[in-house]
Amino acid sequence: MSEATTHHGGDRKWTDYFTFCTDHKVIGIQYLVTSFFFYFIGGALAEMVRTELATPDPDFVSPEVYNQLFTMHGTIMIFLWIVPAGAAFANYLIPLMIGADDMAFPRLNAVAFWMQPVGGILLISSFFVGAPQAGWTSYPPLSLISGKWGEELWILCLLILGTASILGAINFVTTIFKMRIPEMDIHSMPLFCWAMLATSALILLSTPVLAAALILLSFDLMAGTAFFNPTGGGDPIVYQHLFWFYSHPAVYIMVLPFFGVISEVLPVHSRKPIFGYRAIAYSGLAISFLGLIVWAHHMFTSGTPGWLRMFFMATTMLVAVPTGIKIFSWCATLWGGKLQLNSALLFAIGFLSSFLIGGLSGVMLAAAPFDIHVHDTYFVVGHFHYVLFGGSVFALFSAVYHWYPKMTGKMYDEFWGKLHFAMTFVGFNMTFLPMHYLGMQGMNRRIALYDPQFQSLNQVCTIGSYILALSTLPFLVSMVLGLVKGEAAGRNPWRALTLEWQTTSPPSIENFDEVPVLWAGPYDYGIDSESEDAGESVEEMLAEVAEVG
Amino acid sequence: MNIPNSITTLIVGIAVTLISLWYGQHHGLMPVAASADANDVDELFNLMMTIATGLFILIEGALVICLIRFRRKKGDLTDGPAIEGNVPLEILWTAIPTLTVFILAIYSFEIYNKMGGLDPMVSGSGMAMSHHHHHNPSTMENMVAMGVDSQVAIGIGKSMSAGEQEPLVVEVNGLQYAWIFTYPDTGIISGDLHVPVDRPVQLNMKAADVIHAFWLPELRIKQDVMPGQLSQLSFVANREGTYPVICAELCGSYHGGMKTTMTVETAEGYDAWVQSRTVAMQSEENQTVAVNPSDLSDAAFLQAYAEEMGIIKNTLDQIPHGPMTMMSIHQ
Repeated sequence: MSEATTHHGGDRKWTDYFTFCTDHKVIGIQYLVTSFFFYFIGGALAEMVRTELATPDPDFVSPEVYNQLFTMHGTIMIFLWIVPAGAAFANYLIPLMIGADDMAFPRLNAVAFWMQPVGGILLISSFFVGAPQAGWTSYPPLSLISGKWGEELWILCLLILGTASILGAINFVTTIFKMRIPEMDIHSMPLFCWAMLATSALILLSTPVLAAALILLSFDLMAGTAFFNPTGGGDPIVYQHLFWFYSHPAVYIMVLPFFGVISEVLPVHSRKPIFGYRAIAYSGLAISFLGLIVWAHHMFTSGTPGWLRMFFMATTMLVAVPTGIKIFSWCATLWGGKLQLNSALLFAIGFLSSFLIGGLSGVMLAAAPFDIHVHDTYFVVGHFHYVLFGGSVFALFSAVYHWYPKMTGKMYDEFWGKLHFAMTFVGFNMTFLPMHYLGMQGMNRRIALYDPQFQSLNQVCTIGSYILALSTLPFLVSMVLGLVKGEAAGRNPWRALTLEWQTTSPPSIENFDEVPVLWAGPYDYGIDSESEDAGESVEEMLAEVAEVG
Repeated sequence: MNIPNSITTLIVGIAVTLISLWYGQHHGLMPVAASADANDVDELFNLMMTIATGLFILIEGALVICLIRFRRKKGDLTDGPAIEGNVPLEILWTAIPTLTVFILAIYSFEIYNKMGGLDPMVSGSGMAMSHHHHHNPSTMENMVAMGVDSQVAIGIGKSMSAGEQEPLVVEVNGLQYAWIFTYPDTGIISGDLHVPVDRPVQLNMKAADVIHAFWLPELRIKQDVMPGQLSQLSFVANREGTYPVICAELCGSYHGGMKTTMTVETAEGYDAWVQSRTVAMQSEENQTVAVNPSDLSDAAFLQAYAEEMGIIKNTLDQIPHGPMTMMSIHQ
């Protein structure tokens, strides 16, 4: 018990979180809080976009401002919310999960984090010089003629965040390969680590290409070169190829870490081993590989030759196979289990049910003849929000609830957590489901003014988005109530088997007081109670751990 | 115990299949189809919708059953059964999506090919343009027809072979924030598109400033229009009516206002329209010095036709309320 009190707060003062601290746990929290800060900004921009779209006329903001709003919304949500939030959990959890005392390169880790606020502030400051308004894709020649300084700040921000993401990926790969405790071979590693391995591989292979595209775009913008500018003989299609070579994999960079999260949350709260460990681990790598060869499906209506469209149609459809394996395996993990329906599991099931819809519409979009019809319409907007909000964000909230006791040493408030889930689920489906129909019927995206026949459904979307915005209130209440008067969590409130639950909550600076022992596989639920010859059963081990915590 | 279980499974399976088949045909999500190609795309979509509905019911159903049946009883701290995997099951659910996407890919390829997506005349060499001059199909002629900035035409649509009906060629120019249609045969320049029903139409498209995308939702076709490059769309509209023409690629602030209509009408109706436009042009020529439209800058070009397109001087005020927001009229 005395141990628990000396390690209260993980020996960290609140001011440590504002310093160049090299502790991976501090960096993880720094990433998480920073990304939530940008989530609220990005969300506020989204609400302004939806408010504008409540009526067919551009009456809430001017069309220029509208274009700035959705450009900034997309950029912030992708580069300053989902990607860093994935990095937040990876930073916090990977060393703990593999029994290491820190990341392989702690200083590099801190550098990578501090690039986030720098990039973010640069991006937000572009509102003072005229924010970029060419969409988050920033296609030339439009991006070259619609506001120079906002565009340049956008490029700088992305270069900084891209670099940070590469530094992070190097760190994750090295840590996973070099710093596991000796007993842990790669096939007894938690699936979250596998997911981060797949994510990091993608980051390392694709991000430099985005950097190349952005630097060339910057030359066109600032120095008058004509790499992509057709008036000088440049080719805007080349930009699209370079951009999507990163930005399609970016979808998987955003979603793979959260596939990892789901693989951690489901077994613990349904008290069953993950179904098909190897299938889930390898399918992540398969998604990572396939993710690199599907980019031109964003260009089916662009300047892409017919045969090339067919190649990318086939590769894109193939992504459905490893993704399907994962979804089936997760469902099989739940099936027959003993589900503890707390906020963490509810969000995980919410993830499964919404990500499924994004996956199904994704296969439809892969089919070139159908994609040609709905490309650049609200069908696509609906689809990718099902993937990135229904997928990443739901799983992210699941992760927050699941590891909150570990990070804070306190339990969150379950009532407000469940209310948060209910409002998010209703608001989310109300906002994004009607968009599929709107797109097929003829509503194109990125428009401040639309055909009046689409008004009623747009109002449904807008009301849904307000519910979604309000759902952050019970979330904050749950978090704050947990901190103020939450019960002490102890080491392992969920009776989970991965290593991070073997240490105190929050963990001490050195992570583990002694080198942790690998006395069970990460998901060996229900196993030792059946075979008695293992000596001490998992249940007894857990009881012991609980006493110490 | 096993027999009732498999009967239940069978009944559920049949029910899911029937619901999927029905919904796949009756979803009502697509707008009116105004060409044979559009019907083909709808068939493909219906198949995908059928499969998607089946998978949706299966997986969401499983989740709901889990939520109801497998909730932990209060105070029960034991674990569930330690099932780590099941090789035959895993092979099965790897095979099912593999087979499904294989079928979908082949079917999509068929449709795409039928729509002319792989037509070498269009996507290969820009030869399609030379059909207009098919009396002299020499290499020289082709090079002239291709012009300076149209190395390779990109797009979709069958090239119209010599035996078929002569296609109506329309040149399309996309600029912020309007479409301008030029009929080379008659010299008509218009802000909206008129085509005869059941006659092949070939659009040769260019953009003046930034990338635009030419979208006809009722024909299920869309093609980016690039500055400095020629792109093409060919289609045969088979249903009379007025349909929206939409710019689908973000092209600036008033991107949402960049739309007009395509009127598909009988041959007689189309001829009457041509007639009325030709008369209007002649009366204009009496008043002003005749100019060759190709000598004008885009701005001046647009100016001359701005009024009829409803974008006069003050685009800002006109766009949301003007005739350009005209809804599609399904007849």
